[in-house]
Amino acid sequence: MSMREISYGRAGMEALVEEMRRDPTTFHLATDAPPSLVEEFGEERIRATPIAENAFSGIAIGAAGSGFRPIVNWSMVTFCFVAMDQIVNQASKIHYMFGGQQTFPLTFRSSVGGGTSLAAQHSQSPYSMFMNLAGLKLILPSTPHDMKGLLKSAIRDNNPVLSFESSRLMGLKGEVPDEDYTVPIGVADVKREGKDVTVIALAWLVHEALAAAEEMEKEGVSVEVVDPRTLFPLDEDLMRASVQKTGRLVIADEAGPTAGAAAEIAALVTEDAETFKALKAPPKRVCALQVPIPYSPDMENHVFPDRNRIIAGIREVMEAG
Amino acid sequence: MSASPELQRQMLRQMQTIRRFEERASDDYKGGAIYGVVHCYIGEEASAVGICAALNPDDQIISNHRGHGHCIAKGADLNRMMAELYGRVDGFCKGKGGSMHIADFSIGMLGANGIVGGGLSIITGAGLAAQMEGKNRVAVGFFGDGASNAGSFHESLNIAASWKLPVVYVCEHNSWAADTAAKKTHAAENMSDRAAGYGIPGIVVDGNDVLAVYEVAQQAVARARAGEGPTLIECKTYRQRPHTERPGAADRRPEEEKAYWMARDPIPILVDHLKQQQGQFSDEEFKAMDDEIMAEIEASVAYAEASPFPAPEAALDDVFAD
Ligand SMILES: Cc1ncc(C[n+]2csc(CCOP(=O)(O)OP(=O)(O)O)c2C)c(N)n1
Ligand SMILES: [Mg+2]
Repeated sequence: MSMREISYGRAGMEALVEEMRRDPTTFHLATDAPPSLVEEFGEERIRATPIAENAFSGIAIGAAGSGFRPIVNWSMVTFCFVAMDQIVNQASKIHYMFGGQQTFPLTFRSSVGGGTSLAAQHSQSPYSMFMNLAGLKLILPSTPHDMKGLLKSAIRDNNPVLSFESSRLMGLKGEVPDEDYTVPIGVADVKREGKDVTVIALAWLVHEALAAAEEMEKEGVSVEVVDPRTLFPLDEDLMRASVQKTGRLVIADEAGPTAGAAAEIAALVTEDAETFKALKAPPKRVCALQVPIPYSPDMENHVFPDRNRIIAGIREVMEAG
Repeated sequence: MSASPELQRQMLRQMQTIRRFEERASDDYKGGAIYGVVHCYIGEEASAVGICAALNPDDQIISNHRGHGHCIAKGADLNRMMAELYGRVDGFCKGKGGSMHIADFSIGMLGANGIVGGGLSIITGAGLAAQMEGKNRVAVGFFGDGASNAGSFHESLNIAASWKLPVVYVCEHNSWAADTAAKKTHAAENMSDRAAGYGIPGIVVDGNDVLAVYEVAQQAVARARAGEGPTLIECKTYRQRPHTERPGAADRRPEEEKAYWMARDPIPILVDHLKQQQGQFSDEEFKAMDDEIMAEIEASVAYAEASPFPAPEAALDDVFAD
């Protein structure tokens, strides 16, 4: 397979463009209509919306149920909160509530994360709020390869899929195949194999976990890094298998811990009897502090987890047993 | 009531202060002392200044993401504003907010807001409180043409009109919402034509003519104080800068359009008016005023630099009130 190096942000763009070429029922809704997309697909399919997220998210649902395959870009996840009625009350329930009569193939893209001094409203990682709803699929890629492959799967899926894309990773470079490929929704990935401890990390923290693993290697600790890649459905089999092998679990997430993805992963992995028996130490969450994100850099850095806090978490579980 | 020569000078001073403050904020953002994002109000100063000149100290305002001008026009302290931009403990929000979230509740400035349309229902609630308290206070919501398409705009205006709340809604129509042209997102020629649909007055004003803005602001404020309900004012204006100060950020606006508005800069318009009308106002006087303002800006930077960064652990403070 021939490969090429592109950025995470570019990978999202390529997935969008290729899927829009493939399927004439796709069209794009966002408050911004990028000129390059308008040039290729025209204003009919690349629509500049008013700043009316609730309405244009609902419009996407209506068009999806009427033969189209809309792709919505909310830009920052922040702005989708204006559309919560359409996401929570409508999109997540509409297929089920009407007895599966109609399919609603739609994709909602948004960026998540902090670290850029944008303060509380513009630094959010609220994916677990959506995990709590039944009826939405959720992807959270950490590499250009996964971004492109997962976003293509999302667009081809016959259900509402929310794509959470890490703003910290937009410039990250990585290899993608030249030819068409997809990454299936619901399949986790081992980003690094190891024997002593499993670190299940999300998005940007996959890379921090890989850096932590390098460090720990020097101390003779072998770290396995697992990336769930999709938050709903979660690949419980792969995560449990990893923990059964290592006996130790650290979960790293840029979001706060309370009722978060890390909490769900901890429960899902360890409530399995085989996995529970294999545990040598209690699972450890390494998350942001449970506060809104402050503007000033020292405070902001204090709130977010990073490789050092992952290392501290690994040490803690190694010492515990 | 037209503005006295003294008031006109005060308005000029405020407009020039906003401009100089933002020029400095932009430079220091590009230089790395200010973080995150900075949205400049440069070119739109007449709107905030003309409206706030018609307000009493206890009247309240709310702002959007482009908030420095509204803060300064309401009388916020430059030192504490600059300290907030610098992320320091003496900033209005103790370094929690930054450029997009300055508030000074003590002067009735209820905050800049990062959510387009987010402030409109909040200021309507401030208006409701004023009505319920019977304090004769007025609440003013500043927002952009982009925000006028948000549900919160329509819902808030309808409620304020129905309940005759003492609110003035001020749309700063600069024809663009980030990189999207207003003409692509609303069909009506004048956004304020929508006021008729709520049964309230809608007024279009040249938003770069501070005296014209002041006139309509007085009418709207008087109506609100008299218990007759809200008014929608549409200030036609233009931002002279790109949407944000981020270096290399796109600006898709046509050059001719920019040139048209650069020639209608609100500050020279008022300077010329003062010179013609009063004769006594001169370029030297304006220069002296500007020198004083520059000294104030310098002092605000010195104040910000002298203020410490918050301790990292201060991130945990203020999540809840006691
Ligand atoms: C609900 C919401 N959607 C999108 C954004 C992103 N955004 C920030 S400013 C802006 C444009 C706002 O335009 P306008 O209201 O006209 O104000 P202006 O910037 O022109 O002063 C957009 C789309 C946001 N902050 N909030
Ligand atoms: Mg605008």
